[in-house]
Amino acid sequence: MINKLDKELNYHHQALSLRVARQELLSSNVANADTPNFKAKDIDFANLLNQKLAATSNLQGKLALNTTSTMHINSGASGILGDNILYRVPLQPSADGNTVDMDMERTRFADNAIKYDASITFLNNEFRNLVSAMQER
Amino acid sequence: MSLFNVFGIASSAMSAQSQRLNVVASNLSNADSVTSSTGEPYRGRQVVFSTLPSDGNGVSGVKVAGIVHDASPMRQIFDPKHPMADKSGYVTMPNVNVVDEMVNMMSASRSYQNSVDMMNTTKSLLQKTLTIGQ
Repeated sequence: MINKLDKELNYHHQALSLRVARQELLSSNVANADTPNFKAKDIDFANLLNQKLAATSNLQGKLALNTTSTMHINSGASGILGDNILYRVPLQPSADGNTVDMDMERTRFADNAIKYDASITFLNNEFRNLVSAMQER
Repeated sequence: MSLFNVFGIASSAMSAQSQRLNVVASNLSNADSVTSSTGEPYRGRQVVFSTLPSDGNGVSGVKVAGIVHDASPMRQIFDPKHPMADKSGYVTMPNVNVVDEMVNMMSASRSYQNSVDMMNTTKSLLQKTLTIGQ
């Protein structure tokens, strides 16, 4: 039964974690809007969510390299995003090498916030469904 | 790895932008200072932003790496009656371009507002997160 609960909630758990990671990425883009040579970053959300869901259902997550010395190169698979962070292709490149397009970043930031909100609403509804299924009336 | 990191990023941006605003204020108020404690006319200053080292997740804040002196040539005006005038009657004025500084100020204040907005959005998201399962 607990197994089923986990399965029920896993989808939104994964989605929310990715939403948070993306929100952080977008906020760092907005914060660095005036930093020379900063490159805006983002993730391919749908693709990454599918990857995470597949990894949790088959237990085939990406294996991190075991490092035994500080001289070893990190595999880059740290954190929830691992090496899935992509650079944005600028529509209007600027002279100082910065690729942050403020309109785009703000739109994505708002979009991501709304979708995070939506995920929480879905999660709440699932809890409500589960509670009403458990109650005997 | 949590929404709280957004607060850190936004606050780093806010402090960097407010430092930029400070430098703009200093430039604007000294736009006509022909002398200073060193005897030299005021030189414009500019902030240099740089990205803070990123954590594992590729997110990074911003910091002011340093304040550089504007290398553009000083403004020369002809005013033989001025006490600081040289032999040929020219006074060396600060190299502050007031129009540039006003644009700089607007850009800094917009970026600051963006960071504040970001914080507010994150705050409401966190409050919403606390209502999960209620």
